[in-house]
Amino acid sequence: MNGSLFEYLLRLGDNDVVLAQRLGEWVGHGPVIEEDIALTNVGLDLLGQGRMWLTYAGEVEGEGRSEDDLAFLRDAPAFRNVQLVELPNGDFAATMARQFYFDRAHLLLLTGLARSADPRAAEIAAKAAREVAYHAERSADWVIRLGDGTEESHSRMQRALDRLWPYTGELFAADAVDLALAEAGVAPDPRGLRDPWLASVGAVLAEATLETPRGEWMQGARRGGGRQGVHTEHLGHMLAEMQFLQRAYPGAQW
Amino acid sequence: MVTQEQRAIEAAANAAAAAPTVDVAWEALAGVPDPEVPAISIVELGIVRDVSYANGRLLVTVTPTYSGCPATELIAALIRERLAAVGFNDVDLATKLSPPWTTDWIAPEGKRKLAAFGIAPPHVIGPRVDVAGISPLRRVGVVVPCPRCGSQQTTLLSQFGSTACKAQYRCDACREPFDYFKPH
Repeated sequence: MNGSLFEYLLRLGDNDVVLAQRLGEWVGHGPVIEEDIALTNVGLDLLGQGRMWLTYAGEVEGEGRSEDDLAFLRDAPAFRNVQLVELPNGDFAATMARQFYFDRAHLLLLTGLARSADPRAAEIAAKAAREVAYHAERSADWVIRLGDGTEESHSRMQRALDRLWPYTGELFAADAVDLALAEAGVAPDPRGLRDPWLASVGAVLAEATLETPRGEWMQGARRGGGRQGVHTEHLGHMLAEMQFLQRAYPGAQW
Repeated sequence: MVTQEQRAIEAAANAAAAAPTVDVAWEALAGVPDPEVPAISIVELGIVRDVSYANGRLLVTVTPTYSGCPATELIAALIRERLAAVGFNDVDLATKLSPPWTTDWIAPEGKRKLAAFGIAPPHVIGPRVDVAGISPLRRVGVVVPCPRCGSQQTTLLSQFGSTACKAQYRCDACREPFDYFKPH
């Protein structure tokens, strides 16, 4: 059970840390200053949540690894985030489409986790859910604004949604880790989150005059995805930048 | 052998000794400004959850506002500094996540100070039904008056402002942009 819990906490923490890093790449590149600030504020919330999950993961593992050890001293195959969050930012539409798919699933997951039989997980999730409610609203706003905007913004948003669609399956796939935790009442069964997610995503896309993609084929469905350590080629490059300082100057502090 | 009566006497004596001590500590903490919103203290912000004193050590329990709030470590340092100035050298700090911080804990006096500082204070959220509900910023009918001219004609620019806890608004009357402390 502890092994499963450790794996599960890594998944939660890695999703947050990896997406926070991607959002941080927007610093100084946002289309307007308000959006530059908003993107990094969302990243900051996720980083704070990721720190709590990884700190807890290190404690559960019981081998003395800190949040920093876990974030900066693991190689790509040891990361447990879904592939969706490691994908490059692309244009603003792609960043917001990725955020929209993730935020809606994240909010459902945290709401379920807030009722976890594990009190520590429950309190972290309850705290995080309030922050993610704002994220989910903001990304939906942008999907609507771009989808129901100009011909150019509409087509870019639709293209981004279509391209990212095959990466959403992983958000609702259950493996032995998920099943063990669901059985113990620690985490919701991810399969049960797909219908509410589809309903909430579909409602926003309808308002945005966008089509909900229909493809059935999903990344990682057969051989495992990011949560099993199978990543896209993009994660290693991202980590090279994120981890550079600790790799070049081990143990550096300031 | 310590009798139950002796234990009770001891406990009462401890409580009597701790009461003024705890009061002094609360008073000192009321003088610690929030680093990002210095108009109000950390006590008015509602993040100091408990102060207790036992066996010569002071225990201060703090809850974070936002998970990623970069001021968390600075706040801890300011607390120690301020308490040391009034004679508390043995201070333990504990973090408490549950129940999660809410802007409803900001004292009325704190809200008045926020408005005077130019930050529109958060609306009261009240009892929550579900954490997944629509965020309170967007509740229909919520008007955020301009803290400068008082106009009710204001527009939301972004739900994320200069810090995680604030949204950006613009006043349609005086045309000034301003921060709104988000209900949380």
